[in-house]
Amino acid sequence: MKRFEYLEARTVRQVISMLQRYGENARIVAGSTDFLVRWRAGVWNPGHVINIQRVAGLGRITYSSRNGLRIGVLVTVQALEQHPMVRRRYPALAAAAASFAGVQVRNLATVGGNICNASPSGDTIPALLVFGAECRIAGPDGDRWVALDQFFTGPGQTVLRNDELLAEVRVPPPPSNTGSHYIKHSPRGAMDIATVGVASLVSLDGRRGPCSEARIALGAVAPTPVRAYSAEDILRGHDLSQELIQAAADSARDGVQPISDIRGSAEHRKEIVGVLTRRTLEQALNSAASGPLTFEDQRRLTVQAAF
Amino acid sequence: MKKQLQITVNGEPRQALVEPYYSLLDTLRDELHLTGTKKGCDEGDCGACTVLLNGKPVCSCLVLAHSAHDAEVTTIEGLANGLELHPVQQAFVERGGLQCGFCTPGLILSTVGFLESGEEPTEENIKHALGGNLCRCTGYTKVIEAVVAASRWNRDSQGTE
Repeated sequence: MKRFEYLEARTVRQVISMLQRYGENARIVAGSTDFLVRWRAGVWNPGHVINIQRVAGLGRITYSSRNGLRIGVLVTVQALEQHPMVRRRYPALAAAAASFAGVQVRNLATVGGNICNASPSGDTIPALLVFGAECRIAGPDGDRWVALDQFFTGPGQTVLRNDELLAEVRVPPPPSNTGSHYIKHSPRGAMDIATVGVASLVSLDGRRGPCSEARIALGAVAPTPVRAYSAEDILRGHDLSQELIQAAADSARDGVQPISDIRGSAEHRKEIVGVLTRRTLEQALNSAASGPLTFEDQRRLTVQAAF
Repeated sequence: MKKQLQITVNGEPRQALVEPYYSLLDTLRDELHLTGTKKGCDEGDCGACTVLLNGKPVCSCLVLAHSAHDAEVTTIEGLANGLELHPVQQAFVERGGLQCGFCTPGLILSTVGFLESGEEPTEENIKHALGGNLCRCTGYTKVIEAVVAASRWNRDSQGTE
């Protein structure tokens, strides 16, 4: 275990100048839930650790019907789960936050950390993907925007340069008659990393109308979280029957090439993708047609999936 | 290089000289000699090290000690009032919510955090709140009963104030 120098930044400008100075030898931490574990294991060996937890202005979460959700990079997963507008307008995101580790980790872990660590199984990522999230990245020359589906380049790899900081995630408001859901499957349930995580979103043209938009995102089955585009294409523009949902689920299952590891074999993962795609689509369609689930019902689904 | 850390633990301001890589857990146990907080997995999976950090349950094994400077920490040692147990401790004793006791400080602090969050103490909400605490003895049924009992006392005592 290599020793490191501990630095704290108070402003985004300070973070950028520390990053410019220490470059690849620096690691940004906030909740540090991943950092300490990986440092102890010798996986991450930075010479300089930059704690951004007290950087001003990055810890806010706000919602407006016009601009949607703005999530500062330091917003904790717990704050995301507890936010009333996340629960009402972005149920898949609330469900993803609720299935994320335990409350002791959710109180520390940040949405920004979950994104930047770029784990294929990061729980918040599939849900953010189906809502079309965008990332505001701060750098020496100002801000740039990157769509979340362009943000990941491999396991643990992102488009962030050594002197850049993810500052904020924006999630557009979903259209009316939209439903969404996220289900995570893992061996232990609570606390465990996902074997497979699936988020689905369905928008209808009117309450009974055809499907105007369908998005499906899959976690833990590829080097990065991925959209299931061909499965989405089966649904878009059509009246959603049980047969069509099953066809989309089959397409999502057949379209992935997961690996076998300690949490499940490739064959097992493919089957779970099919099952969870169908279940999340059914739930999303249900909510799109007849309004979102109450928080109590959402909580029951999450706890039943985990215990 | 060790640096000075200022932290309020169980209402008392404390100082410790700790390395940058020290966790809050190691600081509590090895520097401040508060060994009621247990080290189980040391990677955030078991919940035995749960303390309240500024009132919220956290795994103290995952917190960089220096990131908690000027923070308020509550450990299991801070709950009882002299010989009088905290209502949550009393409920765990009376309902048999513990056997070997290793996970108990963490479970009790998660319960205190849950009851103070104001969420309804339904069985689902209790399971959700305690999902981060592993217990290999009790099977959890009596733990959940203890939380329900403690929530009633909590409500009754608030009602009489």
